[in-house]
Amino acid sequence: MTGENLALQYLLSGITKGSVYAAVAVGFNLIYSATGVLNLAQGEFVMLGGMVAVTLAQYVALPVAVSGAVVIVALTGCLLEILFFRKLDRHSVLHLIIITIGLSIVLQEAALHIWDEKVRSLPYFTGNEVSSVHFLGATISPQVLWVLGTVGVTVLALQGFLHYTLQGRAMRACSSNPEAAMLAGINLRTMRTLAFGLSAGLGALAGCVISPITMTQYEMGTPLAIKGFAGAILGGLGNPMAGVLGGLLVGVLEAASVSRLPAAYNDVAAFAVLLLVLFVRPRGLFGAGNAGSVREG
Amino acid sequence: MKSRGGNPKSEIRNPKEEGGGSGGNQGLRAIGAGAFPFALFALTAIGAEVGMRATGTEYCLTQLTMALYYALVTLGLCLVMGYAGQVSLGHGAFFALGGYTSAVLTTHDVSWLQGGTLAPWLKSARLLVARQDSYGSSLLTVSPWAAFLAAMVLVTAVACLIGYPALRLRGHYLAMATLAFGVIVNKMLLASSLAGAADGINGVPEWHLAGGLTVSGKGLARAQNYYLACAMVLLTVLVLRNLVHSRVGRALQAIHDGETYAAAMGIDTARYKLKVFVLSALLAAMAGVFFTHYTGGISPSEAGAFKSVRYVALATAGGMGNLWGVAVMSTALNYCSLRGWFGSYDNAVFGALLILLVSLAPEGPLKPLGTWLRGLAGKRWVPRPAAGERRAASETTASRAAEGRAGRGAA
Amino acid sequence: MALLEVTNLRRSFGGLVAVQQVSFAVKAGQIKAIIGPNGAGKTTLFNLICGLLKPERGQITFRGESLSGLEPYRVARAGLSRTFQNPSLFPCMSVLENVMVGRHRRSRREFFACAVRWPGQAREERAIRQAALEQLDYVGLTDLAACPAGALAFGQRRMVELGRALAAEPELLLLDEPASGLNTREKEDLGELIRKIRQRGITILLVEHDMSLVMGLSDEILVLHNGTPIAEGPPAMVRNDPKVIGVYLGGESQHVASGKESQMRLRQS
Repeated sequence: MTGENLALQYLLSGITKGSVYAAVAVGFNLIYSATGVLNLAQGEFVMLGGMVAVTLAQYVALPVAVSGAVVIVALTGCLLEILFFRKLDRHSVLHLIIITIGLSIVLQEAALHIWDEKVRSLPYFTGNEVSSVHFLGATISPQVLWVLGTVGVTVLALQGFLHYTLQGRAMRACSSNPEAAMLAGINLRTMRTLAFGLSAGLGALAGCVISPITMTQYEMGTPLAIKGFAGAILGGLGNPMAGVLGGLLVGVLEAASVSRLPAAYNDVAAFAVLLLVLFVRPRGLFGAGNAGSVREG
Repeated sequence: MKSRGGNPKSEIRNPKEEGGGSGGNQGLRAIGAGAFPFALFALTAIGAEVGMRATGTEYCLTQLTMALYYALVTLGLCLVMGYAGQVSLGHGAFFALGGYTSAVLTTHDVSWLQGGTLAPWLKSARLLVARQDSYGSSLLTVSPWAAFLAAMVLVTAVACLIGYPALRLRGHYLAMATLAFGVIVNKMLLASSLAGAADGINGVPEWHLAGGLTVSGKGLARAQNYYLACAMVLLTVLVLRNLVHSRVGRALQAIHDGETYAAAMGIDTARYKLKVFVLSALLAAMAGVFFTHYTGGISPSEAGAFKSVRYVALATAGGMGNLWGVAVMSTALNYCSLRGWFGSYDNAVFGALLILLVSLAPEGPLKPLGTWLRGLAGKRWVPRPAAGERRAASETTASRAAEGRAGRGAA
Repeated sequence: MALLEVTNLRRSFGGLVAVQQVSFAVKAGQIKAIIGPNGAGKTTLFNLICGLLKPERGQITFRGESLSGLEPYRVARAGLSRTFQNPSLFPCMSVLENVMVGRHRRSRREFFACAVRWPGQAREERAIRQAALEQLDYVGLTDLAACPAGALAFGQRRMVELGRALAAEPELLLLDEPASGLNTREKEDLGELIRKIRQRGITILLVEHDMSLVMGLSDEILVLHNGTPIAEGPPAMVRNDPKVIGVYLGGESQHVASGKESQMRLRQS
């Protein structure tokens, strides 16, 4: 393979992984915008999506398994919101962060006990591990196209929902001014539950679609959450589309580091990006105002 | 939220009584009340040890000592969370950094320095020490004291590096930054052969402190080390309490209650938050060093996210701002965990604890107990708004709406 | 020389200009008031002076030194104290502790000294406490010293906040709508208190809506409208200024007759 092709290969691999990070980033943004909570358990939705789908796939056809997994995890997300985040106003930011941390741990452990620590994966959607497709001069697995396609379509659909439907606009209203939204008759609680549900469903879908490539394991949630978060703040918290871009960038950076550094350090690159963004430009590339800093101005 | 075990200097007494005849009595009673928890802790500690010796279960002292060292980390976190109001998910990493630095330096053979000019000087300065490892071959390693100092310096630098930018941002950014930091440290330790990769480091030597005190895992020294750990916890609580009931403590509380207004009082909030963060990191690292010399080794799991979350859970369980609550809960729960009483649900327990406590009893379950005890001591307790509740007014929806208002430039 | 000098200040939010071309000075020992209809930019101006907002253009100097762009805590350390529109006490601390926090910039002991309780620290702690009690006494709330600040009534919180601001021994005290939410009797007491504070040698700059309080209290008044000053001077002059009357009563400034009417109304308010 020529050098150029190799670079392209890495690029595509980066974009593939980056799509999952993008999905997580969008999920982060959704929940953050609608509820002000930074959901550290976001990665677990991805993990759960894959796990549930693998189990379902033993009994039903693949498309049904994936849809089922998405629905189940989305409902789980709604349930979590109802159980733990309803009393939102009573809790400080500190407490909310702690609750999401606790949820992350509990979900991981639950996954460990329901399934086990073994690595699982869904079968390839089309073809198998060795089938390949020529795409823009590189040779890739068809699953990659599935990943890019699915995440891309879903994110676009989400944007459409947020901008062109009544419910979606209501959700955006909640995020920019909760009090006014309430006065306008929007049911904040429903919006929050919806945000959680959508976010969880999106994560689950990403988890299913990436499963054949990166495998699914009970511990995969935390690194995903960190990388997704890195993508979200790289783009700028509060801006879902920028989060997509950020997620993709993180994926590409990770792929670039894989090509240069020993395998054990490939996660480190993404985390280093996170720290760097926080240090240098907390509001990200396209961030709205001063999302992060304590002082105005 | 805060421990009101009265320190006489901050006891709010009716000013009319101040300087009067009854002042002396009240002062004594206040000092008594302040020393009471210390005495209670000491007595319980002694009782536990005596009890274990009597029942022949002395081996339990090992786990108890380890739990006490873990409690030091939680105490530092208590300051960060309960007063500066920040969540750090990377304290396991600081613990590990301290422990690993000390472990690597005291087990790594630097005999290649022998021939050089530095070696004799370093040896006489007691920075290097010639000893034998468990197989009997001779080694030249860094002395435990020098390793300890090196660990402290390293952790200070790292904590400043992470804390300085992260603390200028709002709460969840530090949480994520420290989570990422912890994961990085964990992965690097796992990947590093110098650090023993997945097996960690073993054969860490004893550490001779002053006098006859030695931090060691030897069976004979078990009781001594147990009391040493108890003493360290007591000393830490004392120092932190002093800090809390002082100008610095008030400034921290102000930062927690309303950072903008604290700044309007002339408090350099960024610097205070950073100092508190670094202090807590140092405490964690110190605990790590002592722990490593006590158990003779360290493993990469100490830096993992699960451990870091555990510390946060314990700080929450103790009541975040409540030093004694944290010390007790942390020791108790870690002991249970180390004894294996949670079985394979170990991590899940702490996760669930976090969720339940914060949802149901944000001030920690020990608060009702504290109220009752204080009632016994004859003090009236004035109810205060819960930490979480009032924070909501200044932080969540109201403040975001306020941001919006400011953004629209209303006068 | 003026104690505080503001020159050509400008600040906007997005497309909305909050303040522009604001220039004024506050002389030492003065009581100066800033008035203007809602949305005139008064609180924005305060926020700019205190460092909570950065000006886009313009200069702020205090005792000859520039304050523009400084962090809020540095502005406070330069000798300014401020109260907020909504009393901003620290709810988890007692009233006395709140006022002791106000003393922060007049005390020095830091982490190490406090942790080990150096003797000097104990002495300083006593001094802080004493000073705080004095301020609390000054605003007449000594009885409430041990109460948790969150449990106080609105007017009391105002007073405690004032005591806290005074504990720092500022040279310039900024009061953001100190009379809002108070009844007539409380407003009178407030006016008295402000005069007492001025007698201590503290210069006062206040934002206020209550006309009678402002007219009776201030040495000079600055009137803001849509972010720009439209009048500045002693109360008598401002009261009769047709622009000011027009701004408060709307559109009648051209008519001399109704102008006189409005003047009377203004005088009575």
